[in-house]
Amino acid sequence: MALPSYAGPLETTWYYAFRLICACIFIFLITPILVIIPLSFNVEPYFTFTQGMLTFDADAYSLRWYEDFLSNTQWTHSVKNSFIIAIASTILATILGTLAALGLSNSNMPYRSLAMGLLISPMIVPLIISAAGMYFFYSNIGLDQTFLGIILAHTTLGTPFVVITVTATLVGFDHSLTRASANLGANPTTTFFKVIMPLILPGVISGALFAFITSFDEVVVVLFLAGFDQRTIPRQMWSGIREQISPTILAVATILVMISIALLATLELLRRRSERMRGMSPG
Amino acid sequence: MGMAADTADNGVVLAADGRPLKDSLNRALRKNRMRAVMLVAPLLLFVLFSFLIPIFNMTLRSVDNWHVGTLMPATTAALATWDGKDIPEESVFAALVVDLQAGAKSRQIGKVGTRLNYEKSGMRSMITSSARKSKKLTSGPYKAKVLKMHKKWKDLETWTVIKRNTAPYTVGYYLNALDMKYDKTGEIVMQPENRRIYGKLFWRTFAISLAITMICVVLAYPISFLLATLPLRYSNLLMIFVLLPFWTSLLVRTTAWIAMLQSQGVLNDLFVFFGFVDDQNRLQLIHNLTGTIIAMTHILLPFMVLPLYSVMKTIPPTYMRAALSLGANPFVAFVRVYMPQTLSGIGAGSVLVFILSIGYYITPALVGGTDGTLISNQIAYHMQSSLNWGLAGALGALLLASVLALYFLYNKIVGIDNMKLG
Repeated sequence: MALPSYAGPLETTWYYAFRLICACIFIFLITPILVIIPLSFNVEPYFTFTQGMLTFDADAYSLRWYEDFLSNTQWTHSVKNSFIIAIASTILATILGTLAALGLSNSNMPYRSLAMGLLISPMIVPLIISAAGMYFFYSNIGLDQTFLGIILAHTTLGTPFVVITVTATLVGFDHSLTRASANLGANPTTTFFKVIMPLILPGVISGALFAFITSFDEVVVVLFLAGFDQRTIPRQMWSGIREQISPTILAVATILVMISIALLATLELLRRRSERMRGMSPG
Repeated sequence: MGMAADTADNGVVLAADGRPLKDSLNRALRKNRMRAVMLVAPLLLFVLFSFLIPIFNMTLRSVDNWHVGTLMPATTAALATWDGKDIPEESVFAALVVDLQAGAKSRQIGKVGTRLNYEKSGMRSMITSSARKSKKLTSGPYKAKVLKMHKKWKDLETWTVIKRNTAPYTVGYYLNALDMKYDKTGEIVMQPENRRIYGKLFWRTFAISLAITMICVVLAYPISFLLATLPLRYSNLLMIFVLLPFWTSLLVRTTAWIAMLQSQGVLNDLFVFFGFVDDQNRLQLIHNLTGTIIAMTHILLPFMVLPLYSVMKTIPPTYMRAALSLGANPFVAFVRVYMPQTLSGIGAGSVLVFILSIGYYITPALVGGTDGTLISNQIAYHMQSSLNWGLAGALGALLLASVLALYFLYNKIVGIDNMKLG
């Protein structure tokens, strides 16, 4: 959308004004995330830039909040919990979601859209309602304040993402490949692992990433279901913000931003791989 | 039978194994269908038990009214024939004393008191104190003795409330959630003006969500347009500005906005530095409505940009060029040719952002203060603090109903199959 050479003064003004507006919106999007990074190195226990930080005085910066994060057992515990819960629920959600997506993309599936609607519902229902419902349910069966309860709850919240991404990958799937495989003597299991899986892998991985981040970032269900021993990183940040506001949460936030940059890069690579593979398959 | 498709005497086409071809095909189809169902079944059962049934049970709590019927069975039976015109007979009082004594012994009577207190304040203390005193009553007639225990037993309204709640189901929580109540005679009326909180809260939740949705449209439209029209190598880079916030933890972004907006925060420091505001009168940007709107707009903006971008990406630039070469001025061409083609994207993004924001809990709870909280925060309050689970259930059911209605709208506009993630 380059400016054409015949543009008049009005169009030229508008062209630059428009880009300026867009720049402001991009700044709005990115600034809060960038601001916390230098603030996490603040030597003072404030959420704000000190005089020393603005003059780039080396003494105004320190790693004390990172040290605090690493030496505080509550935080290290929550990191461990977050990973245990997120990894376990991602594995469960990915297996269940991928199988369901394979069934849903079969045109012979009866009541297809109803099933899809029900499977997607954990994503649509406001979290507070899901959390309240699950709280009563898991308390009744004695799974509140247990890892198993939170893992199952997070699995439920993560499956819609796996179903959606894998179903989307299967839209472009050439079903004659499975018939060809069966025709050549492969049993369904072999067909699944040797033919279907490699082709839908990008969808499965990106669904798994969504499930992972859903669990890793989830706090409402954890607020209702978790006891002290199951506190996750977001739960710890929640009480950090509400009770004792310390820049340690800025250090944690910075680390989490780095993790999301890594996730973003992974997804981008997957997208490119998926596009390459689509390009290879005929039609 | 050597041929694959032989024909039997009656003209039916046969398959290789001698069965009619039609049956064979049907069998294959059934098998295929079974396989599809078997693949979906594990997840469907899992979601049914871990999600759908719990949600349904929670909404049932909003009408469940077991307390009086279960914990005061004798009174319930005795009141069945009461006509409601005057203070009941001795037989009802005798039954009441039996129930109060049993309830005091089992320590369950407080639950009845709490339940009745939702309908009429003061009932809890009346029930609990009467239950305590009832231990001393050993012989009848009870009516006069009970009337002496607490003056409210002389109120006809007390008995109307008890009688109404002997029913196993109630609409009381919904009335409460809709700012209505029963008056003295049992008619449904609006709460007095100063006690109408939930109607205002629903209204405010809708208004804030609508405001956030509109701000998101206004902010997302230009950048989506830019992203869709720039060459790929630039737009992919700029896309990071949208995707990085999208992938960053919700609590991180909320924390970031606290650092930005608090009175000693980055924005206020900048304002003071440039002399927009005085150091003494720093702006209150957080723990109020402003904070909620700014932080939630930031959090939900990617959900508007992504669908809008994917729609704009498919619009060929030739239409605009045609309009321009036919003599339309650029503004008219944009409004009448380009914008109508983006309506589906605006619709999809708006419904998505609106659905997400009316159910939002975390951000308003952390930066909303008192006037920036939404209906979800009130549900959490009744779940965790006031423990009025029936009211939490009723508010939740009303919220759920509005979200489901919007979801059907979304499904009509976009189709759930076309939902794009990332």
